Amino acid sequence: MEFDLPLIWAAIIAFAILAYVALDGFDLGVGIMFPFVSEKTDHRDMMMNSVAPIWDGNETWLVLGGGGLFAVFPLAYAVVMPALYAPIIAMLLGLIFRGVAFEFRWRASQKNRIWWDRSFAFGSILATFAQGVCLGALIQGIHVVDRSYAGGSFDWLSPFSVLTGVALIVGYTLLGSTWLVMKTEGDLQIIARKFAQVSGILILALIGAVSLATPFLHPDYFARWFEGPSLIFSILVPVLLAICAGILFIGLRRNQEIRPFLAAHGIFILCYIGIGITFYPYMVPPSLTIWAAAAPDKSLFFLLVGTLVLVPMILAYTIHAYWVFRGKVDTSGGYH
Amino acid sequence: MFDISAIDLARMQFAFTVSFHIIFPAFSIGLASYLAVLEGLWLWKKDVTYLNAFNFWKTIFAVGFGMGVVSGIVMAYQFGTNWAVFSDKAGPVIGPLMGYEVLSAFFLEAGFLGVMLFGQKKVGPKLHYFATLMVAVGTLFSAFWILSVNSWMQTPAGYLINDAGQFVPDDWIEVIFNPSFPYRFVHMVLAAYLTTAFVVGAVAAYHLLRNKANKPARVMFSMAMWMAVLITPVQMFVGDQHGLNTLKHQPAKIAAIEGHYEDYRGAPLVLFGIPDDEKEELLYAIEIPKLGSLLLTHSWEGELRGLKSFPKEDRPNSFIVFWTFRIMVAMGMVMLTVGLWSLFRRAQGKLYEDRWLARAAVLAGPTGFIAVLCGWVTTEVGRQPWTVYGALRTTESVSPINATEVGTSLLVFIVVYFVLFGMGVFYMLRLMSKTPGGDTEHATSSLKRASGLTGAPSTLDHSGH
Ligand code: HDD
Ligand code: HEM
Ligand code: HEM
Repeated sequence: MEFDLPLIWAAIIAFAILAYVALDGFDLGVGIMFPFVSEKTDHRDMMMNSVAPIWDGNETWLVLGGGGLFAVFPLAYAVVMPALYAPIIAMLLGLIFRGVAFEFRWRASQKNRIWWDRSFAFGSILATFAQGVCLGALIQGIHVVDRSYAGGSFDWLSPFSVLTGVALIVGYTLLGSTWLVMKTEGDLQIIARKFAQVSGILILALIGAVSLATPFLHPDYFARWFEGPSLIFSILVPVLLAICAGILFIGLRRNQEIRPFLAAHGIFILCYIGIGITFYPYMVPPSLTIWAAAAPDKSLFFLLVGTLVLVPMILAYTIHAYWVFRGKVDTSGGYH
Repeated sequence: MFDISAIDLARMQFAFTVSFHIIFPAFSIGLASYLAVLEGLWLWKKDVTYLNAFNFWKTIFAVGFGMGVVSGIVMAYQFGTNWAVFSDKAGPVIGPLMGYEVLSAFFLEAGFLGVMLFGQKKVGPKLHYFATLMVAVGTLFSAFWILSVNSWMQTPAGYLINDAGQFVPDDWIEVIFNPSFPYRFVHMVLAAYLTTAFVVGAVAAYHLLRNKANKPARVMFSMAMWMAVLITPVQMFVGDQHGLNTLKHQPAKIAAIEGHYEDYRGAPLVLFGIPDDEKEELLYAIEIPKLGSLLLTHSWEGELRGLKSFPKEDRPNSFIVFWTFRIMVAMGMVMLTVGLWSLFRRAQGKLYEDRWLARAAVLAGPTGFIAVLCGWVTTEVGRQPWTVYGALRTTESVSPINATEVGTSLLVFIVVYFVLFGMGVFYMLRLMSKTPGGDTEHATSSLKRASGLTGAPSTLDHSGH
């Protein structure tokens, strides 16, 4: 049995994080848009109801990402968390602010509801920005000496990480707005479509900026992108990105409801693949490889068995949950 | 920052966040099972009282569960942020167990929670009941795995140590079913059930005091009091066995619990006293001769080691452990008293008439939470100075972070937790104070709607607005 368990696990963790970004991305995006939607209509109710039954499941992928890292790449977990201390704590607090709002909003008096709307929006924006900063800081690299983080408290803060933070806010807005295009009708849908158009244009510009900056952060990155076999990807990814963007904008113009959502996710997946190429073969650039960070095979194998059995089941009942709540949201259908 | 070290702040932060967290699971585990029972009774007996009780608690459950989720995510990341060395070393053993918790429990809870809370008009009654059951099962799976993790830290087994100084798994069965796990699992699940029972009992009693004819309140009160009288003695027995097991594996913890500094043959049972770790003696002790040995060794002359027989750097803080343990046991006594009182009244057929019993039940509402927190503090502080008992010291577990970082985040956590979770608890209490089943008018209209349930599952609604 000569499986490369660490590599398999790197792929699984990558999948979990992608699933997180793709799923929680749109419900965080809905929160980011909250302040820009009038409180006088029932739009905010609809927006929240569109994600209320599924947000918890979406967020669980984040727990799997973090928990999985702890289980199979404990060294990476032990190095990354202290290095990203402040943005991680900020993300957790953001998730608390928005998570409690899902229920509290309906329990508060009419007068005080506005505070939970604010909490929802603030938490969503804070959590998203913090996640983007974490991503940027990881791409920049983390200073490791002797199995532990050896940098300072603010190494994560740089123009680049702020750029990725902002980019993620715009990106989640795109996911959230195309979700609402799909799930709502009437005025709210028109508003969502406008959001999608603007954030679509902005995200392309930001992807451009991040892509231009990344290869210059590290000579290795440059080599990985522009030399050897991955050169094919360097050409292919932008082409596919252009196709997705085309589908997105045409879909929005023609009032299609599902395609923009799928195209927006296409854009995310392509960026994610790009980041994957940048990272490989490192778990934590620039020094900790996938194999160095991995737990012993016995740990990897034990959890792999469960993963292979349970993840298909999880996917099945997650799809079922989405199926139960399919179609347009309304204010009556069994929600709050 | 002041004079506190990063490690003490990290410990305070962990203790603070996990203590807030455990309040919600302790209630959700019990309530999820209770909801499953109520919905099952409704489907079986078609008595709308059960449906009213179900809808009453479901809304409260939603609020508490949400707080459990967000405070739990903080816990999952805190191992890395504050206890990086511990994570690197113990990750290969406990990480996969926590991975199983995510895969088998958290996803299950989350995947069916939406259907349970919002899906009553979208799916049939059977499928809805299945969702409720899955949520309940999920909370129990979660308890299984996380308590296995915690128990492994208390009584590590089935591991080896590799060249990098990491704990690595040797035998998974021994890891999962480590020596203290079965006791801790049973003790904690029963604790969660009791916690919920006493909350349900208190709320029901509160409504009975206002209107003793309220049907859902009567049903809830009766069920809660059965739990009190049946489960409390079982919990005491399990706790006793748990303690005997701890004596075998963590004798210093038991010495601290008992307040024993000296070795004894025929040790007394200390009822009260003030352990003083500096002077190494128990001040102002009130004790019953020989009973300590009898309880712990089942012999009048049994030998017990005192704290002085352990090196000073291997002892836990006796003052905290001694008192939190006694508070937990006292809460158990209160629960038993209320349970027996209710049994007596029930036998007389006056369960709902005794206003003093109802008042006592209201007062006993928080006893479960107090016992759970005190129990955990006993367990965790008693494990000190180790994170992995006997193998990895707390001082060697901490992250390379500085006091300012931890101190600042601790401060923010304290403010945010008290404000947000404080509001959450306030909303829960307000929901609890609403009359179950609503006023009579609402009750009849829900009856009318409920009669159509099996045909068109559109009758249950998310009450509250
Ligand atoms: C005996 C029970 C128990 C104990 C000791 C703990 N938990 Fe917990 N936890 C639960 C029982 C539970 C639960 C009942 O399963 C919760 C409550 C609400 C929920 O969603 O699940 C939960 C939620 C919960 C979540 C959110 C899951 C989700 O997204 O749905 C996480 C990440 C953790 N916990 C992690 C922890 C950690 C790292 C702990 C170690 C200190 C811990 N819990 C102690
Ligand atoms: C849920 C209820 C729990 C409570 C109320 C609780 C309470 C505490 C307290 C008071 C401390 C500080 C002890 C000290 O430093 O003197 C602590 C530390 C700690 N506990 Fe728990 N604990 C709980 C559950 C758990 C569980 C389930 C785990 C493991 C998964 C765990 C792992 C730890 C760790 C890693 C520390 C920090 C290191 C240490 O000081 O030992 N705890 N806990
Ligand atoms: C009255 C009889 C009781 C006895 C003799 C007893 C005994 C014990 C002992 C010895 C421990 C520490 C175990 C260790 O750290 O190794 C413990 C922990 C604990 N107890 Fe109790 N207990 C009793 C009642 C209760 C009640 C009524 C509750 C809650 C409703 C409760 C909840 C807990 C919890 C949550 C813990 C921490 C988790 C654990 O280690 O199991 N106990 N108990």
